[in-house]
Amino acid sequence: MITFVALPILLPFIFIISLLVFRSDRLAGWLGVFGSGLLILLSGYLFILVQKHGVIALQMGGWEAPFGITLVVDFLSAIMLVVAALIVFSIAIYALRFLPKTIRLNRFFIFFFGLTMGLNGAFVTGDVFNLFVWFEVMLMSSFVLITLGRTKEQLEGGIKYMSLNLIGSLLFLAGVGLLYGKTGTLNMAHLAEILKNDNQAILMNTSAVLFFVAFGIKAAVFPLYFWLPASYHTPNITISSLFAGLLTKVGVYTFIRFFTLFFVHDQQFWHQLLLITAGFTMVAGGMAAAAHYETRRILSYHIISQIGYMIMGLGIFTPLAIAGAIFFTIHNMIAKTNTFLVAGMIAKARGTFELKEVGGLFKQSPFLAILFMVPAFALAGVPPISGFFAKFILIKAGLENGNYVITAVAILTGMLTLYSMIKIWNEAFLKAQPANEYASTPFKKLKFAEYFPSVLLGATSILMGLFAAYLFDFTMNAANQLIDPSLYIETVLKG
Amino acid sequence: MEIILAIVVGLLYTVGVYLLLRRSILKFIIGLIFMSNATNLLVFLSAGLVPGSPAFVQAGSGSSAPLADPLPQALVLTAIVIGLGIVVFTLALKYKFFETTGTDDLDQLKKTDN
Amino acid sequence: MNSVILQLAAKYLRWLLISFAVLALLRGHNNPGGGFIGGLMAGLAIVYKGFAFNAFQVKEKLLKRPERYMGLGLFLILLSFIPSVFAGKPLMTGIWITVPVPFFSGIKLGTPFLFDIGVFFTVIGVTLLFVFSLTQKK
Repeated sequence: MITFVALPILLPFIFIISLLVFRSDRLAGWLGVFGSGLLILLSGYLFILVQKHGVIALQMGGWEAPFGITLVVDFLSAIMLVVAALIVFSIAIYALRFLPKTIRLNRFFIFFFGLTMGLNGAFVTGDVFNLFVWFEVMLMSSFVLITLGRTKEQLEGGIKYMSLNLIGSLLFLAGVGLLYGKTGTLNMAHLAEILKNDNQAILMNTSAVLFFVAFGIKAAVFPLYFWLPASYHTPNITISSLFAGLLTKVGVYTFIRFFTLFFVHDQQFWHQLLLITAGFTMVAGGMAAAAHYETRRILSYHIISQIGYMIMGLGIFTPLAIAGAIFFTIHNMIAKTNTFLVAGMIAKARGTFELKEVGGLFKQSPFLAILFMVPAFALAGVPPISGFFAKFILIKAGLENGNYVITAVAILTGMLTLYSMIKIWNEAFLKAQPANEYASTPFKKLKFAEYFPSVLLGATSILMGLFAAYLFDFTMNAANQLIDPSLYIETVLKG
Repeated sequence: MEIILAIVVGLLYTVGVYLLLRRSILKFIIGLIFMSNATNLLVFLSAGLVPGSPAFVQAGSGSSAPLADPLPQALVLTAIVIGLGIVVFTLALKYKFFETTGTDDLDQLKKTDN
Repeated sequence: MNSVILQLAAKYLRWLLISFAVLALLRGHNNPGGGFIGGLMAGLAIVYKGFAFNAFQVKEKLLKRPERYMGLGLFLILLSFIPSVFAGKPLMTGIWITVPVPFFSGIKLGTPFLFDIGVFFTVIGVTLLFVFSLTQKK
């Protein structure tokens, strides 16, 4: 049973091997869909196991906890695994129809599974250096993915993406070095135990700042986000949506993990810093999104703006706020990917991502309009869908804890989000098609494989809204587990 | 000895940051290499230096001689391997970029911004 | 580079280097060496001939499709995980058996060794891939 903890890493690994051996593109497509489907089942099973046991830990190679590498799944990891698997699955289907002929499916799926492996590894690991390794696995796969096809823009975007992320990785590693120098361990649970009773824990701030900047770059928070809007719109839309849903959220996950588990000293300073960063991130992303007229750029700035909400939840640091941050993260992963998928469909129907050049899509395809409406409403926070509850929890937590400024900023940013969603809606769907070269493009009816991923994610968003109470209970449990990590520490260290 | 190496780490970071601020992409990549080596040295130093001592001894030998900490050595080895892979990838990327655009100037990279 | 001496030497030196790499792989568990170092050496040995003839387009058996080395290597790594699962121990636990060989006191074989061979082949593949991606012309 306990070996299942390692399977989210091993399963993509097996599929990478089979893709290296069988090079047919047709088979690669099937393998991709099959593999990610299996991943959903597996994460679902892990999710059920975790609900029964609380925390599951696997000591790799039989080495006892502080000495070996531990893989741990708790509530937070489990829910992240499930949501990531769902997104990976829908992207695998989407890739079959939306990747251009210049990108070989075999190549794409090798690095697609590489990314998935790194992602799952980062969610599952309980060791700081191991986390670094999984980050690098993920980063290298994403380097290759972002330059697949090798157009001029992609190479340019790739250089920007690479340079800032590499600097982030170096800071991460430097942080690991200082952490080890002070504590002599890199096992997260052991770190938590050591730092809990350490009256010199304030010395950890040097290390914590390095981690803060490193994760800040990965998660694209305020002064460190510039790589994201410069690169996310360059690759094929399939790859953009994969990145949009998953990559920055790993940064947020590590933020939550580190700053609830063992960087818990000097709380006033860190929470203040997190809140300030969160506020600026929200506003900067939201304003920039309002100024743009290219769907992918608007949505890229939106990613940044919404990272702010998740960091805000962490900064308020009450159980309710952290539950809100987790709720928001999973809602955002699903809805954000979905908007990118729909943007791809709009571009396929008209041949461009420029909103000024398209229009009249509502008349031509009300179905596409509905597909767009669900994630757009979810992101803007319209009541029956998931986003409303996510924002509601966060704002309630902010008011209860007396963080009025950040709450006001969050509400205002919600308006900005609504504005940019309405902008896409007006430009792409409502206004008449301008008379230009794109007007004559015949509208092709969407095929099943093209709209199915979006329907799947949209339905999940709606279900998350309808059954928000159950999900809230779960995230609340996860948050309590994070605030009081004694079970986590005990399971890892005492087996 | 540690203090000298600590100064070396600082120097390497300085050189790295200086090169990162240059306009040429190639110099930028060399700067990254410098910084990654500085970081590796930093991680290696984090356990302190125990010169001339082995990291492993025979089980049950009961010797009280000082031991080197094997963990940072293993970490640095992994980090060096990862660094190697990343440097090769960046060089390949730079090469392809130069082939398609014919420029090595970071100031020319403004098309995907804003 | 177009040197007759290097070209002639490459033919024979290559196999010497590869056997040295295998030696490094075999002694690796408790001594300096191991899969990674051996793999790098073997990879460079394979590339060596390409450098001597100044041509990676050369249709040569060992140089074609570096991915297959990686596939083989990763597969061996995966195989090395399996015994620990069937032995009911945590994943990646080393399982050792002693093979009785005449004239020796028995050779110890274990899953870490299989893992090392896997790393060896993966690193060969990666090295070839690196060199190709940096030398190929349009």
